[in-house]
Amino acid sequence: MSIGATNARPFLEIKDLNVRFETDDGIVQAVTGSTFSLEKGKTLGIVGESGSGKSVTSLAVLGLHRTRSNAKVSGEIWLDDEELVSATDEQVRKLRGGKMAMIFQDPLSAMHPYFTVGSQIVEAYRVHNPGVNKKVARERAIDMLARVGIPQPERRFNDYAHQFSGGMRQRAMIAMALVNDPALLIADEPTTALDVTVQAQILDLIRDLQEEFGSAVIMITHDLGVVAELADDVLVMYGGKVIEKGPAVDVFQQPQHPYTWGLLGSMPRLDREVRDRLNPVKGSPPSLINLPNGCAFHPRCPYAGRNGDRSFTEVPELRGDIHKVACHLPAEERTKIFQQEVLPNL
Amino acid sequence: MSENLLEVKGLEKHFPITKGLFKRQVGAVRAVDGIDIEVKAGETLGLVGESGCGKSTTGRLFTRILEPTGGTITFEGEDISHKSVTQLRPLRRDVQMIFQDPYSSLNPRHTVGSIISAPLQIQNIPTPQGLKKAVQELLELVGLNPEHYNRYPHEFSGGQRQRIGIARALALRPKLIIADEPVSALDVSIQAQVVNLLDDLQREFDLTYVFIAHDLSVVRHISDRVAVMYLGKVVEVAERDDLYRNPRHPYTVALMSAVPVPDPVRRDRAQRDRVLLTGDVPSPINPPSGCRFRTRCWKAQDICATEEPPLVTRLDDPASHLTACHFPVVEDEAVAGRRPAATPA
Repeated sequence: MSIGATNARPFLEIKDLNVRFETDDGIVQAVTGSTFSLEKGKTLGIVGESGSGKSVTSLAVLGLHRTRSNAKVSGEIWLDDEELVSATDEQVRKLRGGKMAMIFQDPLSAMHPYFTVGSQIVEAYRVHNPGVNKKVARERAIDMLARVGIPQPERRFNDYAHQFSGGMRQRAMIAMALVNDPALLIADEPTTALDVTVQAQILDLIRDLQEEFGSAVIMITHDLGVVAELADDVLVMYGGKVIEKGPAVDVFQQPQHPYTWGLLGSMPRLDREVRDRLNPVKGSPPSLINLPNGCAFHPRCPYAGRNGDRSFTEVPELRGDIHKVACHLPAEERTKIFQQEVLPNL
Repeated sequence: MSENLLEVKGLEKHFPITKGLFKRQVGAVRAVDGIDIEVKAGETLGLVGESGCGKSTTGRLFTRILEPTGGTITFEGEDISHKSVTQLRPLRRDVQMIFQDPYSSLNPRHTVGSIISAPLQIQNIPTPQGLKKAVQELLELVGLNPEHYNRYPHEFSGGQRQRIGIARALALRPKLIIADEPVSALDVSIQAQVVNLLDDLQREFDLTYVFIAHDLSVVRHISDRVAVMYLGKVVEVAERDDLYRNPRHPYTVALMSAVPVPDPVRRDRAQRDRVLLTGDVPSPINPPSGCRFRTRCWKAQDICATEEPPLVTRLDDPASHLTACHFPVVEDEAVAGRRPAATPA
């Protein structure tokens, strides 16, 4: 199907991606040295707290920083053998909404209030299929609305976004994103604004549609539960850097980074007995303008300084085979701490 | 533990919908529509439900920020349902509130010092060592730097702002604190810090909490007793462990099964066991007859449309476990396979 399949290059490959914003307060280092890849049919979960750089990474893939004069993007983004950082605006515009599409967190602000939901889907379709007449495009849009589980799609086609409930609106946005059969779908906190029962419906829908279309999905979220539901691989981001990455099962069962331990210790879980106390990470996330020296996590890390001063001066590299981690602690010591101190309290 | 601090009976709040020049009332949003519940001294009562179920309105009625359109609210044996603002002032010492949004619940033009000292000044509370000292003690109590009393809210992060809100609620040493989604706007690691803080403060000051949230895991962690709300009604209430082990109401079962489990190994099982509800919550302007959940319930029968199920003890449940359902879910009942779509192979 794609040229990439015969080539060694993965479907999506991101190499040493850096995103900087120049602001009045200083340079915001939103993403630093991000490297990862994704194959078709697979789901990558990106986890992190606000300001960890997870959304900025995905916006960079879509080239949405291009219009912002204060944004500096460097590195390489390869989508199916096309490099996007150096591509022209016109090239990126052709891909955006076509080969790659995005689902945003808040469908009410992502959809135009002045046009009907149907006409917005039709527009998205016709932009990428200029030869198609209105009638065919309308049928396609109604078909998509039906596919994402909106009842009475012919009637809802003429409704405005505000006439939809939160869950239905998110479905409509998924329909719009999928109308051109994107090979890469980026979902940025797609269920955060929704109730749990609706969230379950939407996650189910994304899973079914991915099976049907075989797209690659990037799922960005702060909710480790959502990641565990969908992702094949997981990236954990902190202070604009990838600090742990690996297959979802490994990251959840044998997390390697102290920050990942903290995230898991922070959340009460329905599948475990009630703990007396939660074990949160102390302190708060760093400012991306003044990142701490050395390991960005060291001011909050209970184990920083265990092996001399390296944590305070030297940025740890992301190391490992399939399951990688950026931490100065030697692997044996990390395993020991996890087994003895962390796991009993999870 | 058994003494009731707050009791409500038949509590109702209907917001009128008006039309035209003369504001003729054409209907009402029945946000809270007949609730009986009590809050025992020293406990944490969790109130869960999805958006629009009336849980926030209930919290606001408890604090009498809103006046009920029906029913009674009794605080320490005194009927406070229809007291005026001046009559309520002594009550404000005993009942305080923590809000969800730490950005809009603090006045951006006031310093932290004046935000936290306002309740003390309004209530004329004597501060023997001065107002500043009192504020600094409160800041320290919630884990903030006491030197920061002169700063403005925008100089603090979300988690720190929520701590300011907690300090303000604590200033009058209340007996009851209503916390409306106090952690849902915060990052995961900060959420846990605030939950732990609320735990510590409860122990230190013998506080009683009503904890309103949509996150079932957080509610389970913090509550002694949990009430589940749906469309303006309490559909189930029980001791925490009892409720999470033996949920009786189909809605409670569906709600719990929808929570994603942070364990990819159990993913398939979690998906198989999931009860997927179809459709949306009906409008509270025109709720379904009989049982309000019947339009989305897989167990609904004719009686559900005609007769509203009372909130009572069902099956062999303890007396504290009440369920409003004609066909409560029994243990090990095969609730799975209720998914409208095919289960994944």
